[in-house]
Amino acid sequence: MTFGQLPYDVAHLLGGGMLLLSFMLLYQRRVGAVINALAMQGGILAAAAAWQGVVQDAPQLFLTALIAFAAKAVLIPLALRHLLRRLDLHRTVETALGVGPSMIAGVALVALAILVVLPITAGVRAIAREDLALALSVVLLGMLMMITRRNAILQVVGLMTLENGLILAAVGVAGMPLVVELSTAALVMMLLVVGGVFVFQIRERFDTVDIGFLERHRGESP
Amino acid sequence: MALAPLGAGGYTRSRESPPPVAVLTALALCLGVLVLLGALAVPLGRHRQAGRLVHGGCLIVALGFVAVALTALLAGAPAEPLVLPFGPPWAAARLGLDGLSAWFLLLLGVTGACASFFALGHPPGPARTLPPFPLFLAGMALTLAATDAFVLLLGFELMSLVSWALVAADHEKPENRAAARLYLIFAVLAGGCLVPAFGLLAGNAGGITFEAMRAAPPEGWGAAAVLALALAGAGAKAGLVPFHAWLPLAHPAAPSHVSALMSGAMTKVAVYVLARLLLDLCGPAQPSWWGIPLLVLGAGSALLGALRANLEDDSKTLLACSTIENIGFVVLGLGLALAFRGADLGPLAALAAGAALLHALNHGVFKTLLFLVAGAVLHGAGSRRLDRLGGLIHAMPVTAGCALVGAAAAASLPPLSGFASEWLLLQSLLAGWRVSDIGFQVITAAAAAIAAMAAALAAAAMLRLFGLVFLGRPRSPRGAGAEEVSAIERGALLLPTALTLLLGLFPGVLLGLAAPALRVLTGRPAEAPARGAWLTAGEGAAGYAPLAVALLLAVAFLGVALLVRRRSPNATQRGPVWNCGFIDGPFGPFGDPLAQPSAGGIAQPLRRMLGENLLRARESVEMPRPGETRPGHYASSFEDPSGPLLIAPAAALRDRIAAQAERLRDLTIRQCLSLSFAALVGLLALLAWLEAG
Repeated sequence: MTFGQLPYDVAHLLGGGMLLLSFMLLYQRRVGAVINALAMQGGILAAAAAWQGVVQDAPQLFLTALIAFAAKAVLIPLALRHLLRRLDLHRTVETALGVGPSMIAGVALVALAILVVLPITAGVRAIAREDLALALSVVLLGMLMMITRRNAILQVVGLMTLENGLILAAVGVAGMPLVVELSTAALVMMLLVVGGVFVFQIRERFDTVDIGFLERHRGESP
Repeated sequence: MALAPLGAGGYTRSRESPPPVAVLTALALCLGVLVLLGALAVPLGRHRQAGRLVHGGCLIVALGFVAVALTALLAGAPAEPLVLPFGPPWAAARLGLDGLSAWFLLLLGVTGACASFFALGHPPGPARTLPPFPLFLAGMALTLAATDAFVLLLGFELMSLVSWALVAADHEKPENRAAARLYLIFAVLAGGCLVPAFGLLAGNAGGITFEAMRAAPPEGWGAAAVLALALAGAGAKAGLVPFHAWLPLAHPAAPSHVSALMSGAMTKVAVYVLARLLLDLCGPAQPSWWGIPLLVLGAGSALLGALRANLEDDSKTLLACSTIENIGFVVLGLGLALAFRGADLGPLAALAAGAALLHALNHGVFKTLLFLVAGAVLHGAGSRRLDRLGGLIHAMPVTAGCALVGAAAAASLPPLSGFASEWLLLQSLLAGWRVSDIGFQVITAAAAAIAAMAAALAAAAMLRLFGLVFLGRPRSPRGAGAEEVSAIERGALLLPTALTLLLGLFPGVLLGLAAPALRVLTGRPAEAPARGAWLTAGEGAAGYAPLAVALLLAVAFLGVALLVRRRSPNATQRGPVWNCGFIDGPFGPFGDPLAQPSAGGIAQPLRRMLGENLLRARESVEMPRPGETRPGHYASSFEDPSGPLLIAPAAALRDRIAAQAERLRDLTIRQCLSLSFAALVGLLALLAWLEAG
C-alpha cells in the first residue's frame, strides 16, 4: 500500500487535514473561531478513525470514531462555547508569541517531526509512517499552542489538540485495544472538567481568565 | 607449565593453581562473616562484650584475608571467578582474585588485623561505631575481590559510606560534623567520577566485566576522559592533591583504630582502583604521556603533604598529612610505570611498579603502627596535641619503642621498610632519562628533586613528632600522669612494629611475592627488581642489601656502645633537669612547659622558608606599647592552597547554581510548559541529528 492507492490517499488526506486545522488554530484571532476549528479537527479525527476501521477491518475503531465525534466534534466545543457565553469573555485571542512567529515555529516543528519519524520507522508499513509523522506534528503544534496563548480556554484547546494527535497516532497502528482509547477519552473529559473549574475559579476571583493576571497574585513577582 | 593468557592483564598457571573454589570460597566466607558481624552489632551494640565479639571476629577475618592473599600470591591466582548464587538482576555476582588484588588484599588483611587487635584492648567507644567497622572491612575486600565494574563500585561505595559513619561517630563536636560533611562530599565526588569512568570503558567494551574491558581498550578522547575521571575519582578517595582537603580533618575525627585502617588500607584501595583502571583495564598500549599527570600530582602530593606534616600540631593530623605524602610517592611510582611501559621499557616499568606496590604495603603497615601509637598516646596521656605531650618515653616505654620504629620507617631510614621502597622509587625516577622525550626527562628530573625533598621533609616531620611526644619533659599535668596502655594494645603495637622490621629486612622476598601483581601492572611476565633478599635497580647497576646494612649499623652501634662503656665505666646517674635558670612553673618539678620547644617553634624555620610560598603561612606580632601591662601577642597560621583554590570556588559555584535553581520556582505556568516543551523539542532534534549522522 503506497502512494496512489485509495486507503493510503484517504488516510493521508485526513491526517493532513488535521495538521492543516492545527495550523488554523494557531492563526485564529477570535476565540469562537478557535473552538470551531477544534470541532472540525475532532470531526476529521472521527473520520480518520472510521477510515482506519474500514482499512484495518477493525470494528472497534468505529466505536472510537463515534466517541471521538461525540466528544470532540460536538460536546466539548459546545461546552467551551457555553463557558465562553457564561463568562462573557473577551472574544479576542491574547497571544504571547505573535501569529507570524507561531506559524514559522509550527512549520519548523513539522519539519522536525518528519525528520525524526521517517528514518526511525523505515521498514514499517508506509501508512503508519506517514500517520505517525502527522500525529507527532499535531502533538507538537498542540504544545506550541499551549505555550503561546495566554488565555486559559485557549490552553485547554491546545491540550485537546495534543490529545487529538495522540489518538491519530493510536488509530493508525493496527491492533490498538479499545480500552486504551476509552481511558484516554475519559482522561480528556477529566482534564476538561479540571480546566473548566480552573477557569471558573480564576473568573470568580479576578474577573479575568488572563493567566498573566494570575502571576501578580502569587506574591512572588512584583 | 602451561601459561594461558587471560586478556592482556594476567597470566595464570592453570595446572598448578589450587582449586579456585577453596581460595575464593574462603574469601566469600570471610565477607559473609563480616556482614553478619555488622548485622549482629546492631542489636548487641550496648552489650558489654559486643566490642570484643565484633573486633575479635574482625581480627580472625583479617587473618583469613592474609591467608587467602598469601595463598593466591604463592600458589597462583585462581583462574576462574567464583559465581555467587545471587547478584544484580542482569547477572550473578562474581568474586575473583588476581595478582594485583591479592597484593592489596594482603595489605588489607595486615592492616585490618592490627587495627582490630588494637580495638580489642582499647576502651570501647560509642555503640554506634561497632556496626560500620566490619562493614568497612567488607566494603574494601569486596572492592578488591570484584571482577566487574558493578561489584567494584558497590564495594567502593559501601566503603565510602560506612567510613563516613565512622568519621561522624563522635558527632557531638562541631568540627567532627564539618569533617564528616566534607568527607561525604569528597566521597560523592569520587563515586561521581568513577561511575562515568567505568561507564566509558564498559560502553566501549559492551560489557561490565573486566575481561570485556581489557579486550577493548579506549582510544582518543575517550581514553583521556577515563584518565581524568580515574585520577579525580580515585584521587579524591586516596587523598591525592588537589583532592586531599578531607584527609587532615577526617582522620582526627575518627576513632584511632579506624583512622589507622582509613590511612593504611582505604587510601590504598583507592590506589588499587586507580592502578586497576589505568594500568590494567585501559590496556598495555597506552601512550607514554599518560604517566605525566600521575607524576605531577604525585610529586605535588608528596611535597605538600610532607610540608604540612611539619607544620601541624595535632599528632593525627600530622600523620594524615604524612599519608598524603606517601600516597604521592605511590602514585608517582604508578605514573613512572605507565610512562616506562608506554616507552616499551619493560624492566624499568617493573622497577617503578614494584616500588609503588612495595611502598603501598610498607606505608600501610608503618602508618597503621603510627596511628595506633597516636591512639595509645591519646589513651595513655589524654591528648593528641603535641603541645600537651612530652617525655612519654619514661611513662610508656613500649609505645615509645614502637613509635621510634614507625617514625624511623616513615622517615625512610635504613634498614627499615620505608627506606627500601623509597630507594627503589628514587632509582626508577633517576632512570627517567631513558624515555627519549625531553619534556618527560625534565619532568622526571624535577619529580626526583621534589621526591627527595619530600622524603627529607618527612624525616623532619617524624623527628619533630617523636621528639615532641616522647622526649623532653611533660608539657601538661595530664601528660605527666601518663600510663602505659594495656597488654593487648601493646601487643597490637608490637605486631606492626615487627612487620615493619621484617619488611625492611626482606624487601626482595616481598617483591618476589609481588611478581603476579607486577605482571598485571606491566602487562607482561616481568622480572621483579630483586635478587634474593636484595633489591636491584637499573639492570643490576645498583643494589640495596638491607641485611648487610643492618649488620653494618649493628656493628657500628655496638662499637660505639663498647667505646662509651670503656671510656666511662661508671653507671649512668640521673640528675634534676636544668631548666635554664627559670623557677619551677605551675607543674612542680617539671619546670615551665614554655621553657621547652613547642610544636609551632620547631615548625618555624620550615614555615618561613617554604610555607610562605606554598601554604600562605602568615605571622603577626602584636607588641604592647611602652607602659602598657597587657602581654605581647604572637600568632602564626597557614592555609592549605586547596581551600581558596578548590573548595571556595566550588562552594561559590554551588551557591550560584542554587540561586539559579531557586529562580525556577518563580516561573509562570506558561514558562514551565515552555521548559518541558523545549526539552522535548531538544531531545527530538538530538534524535534527528543522531539519525542523520
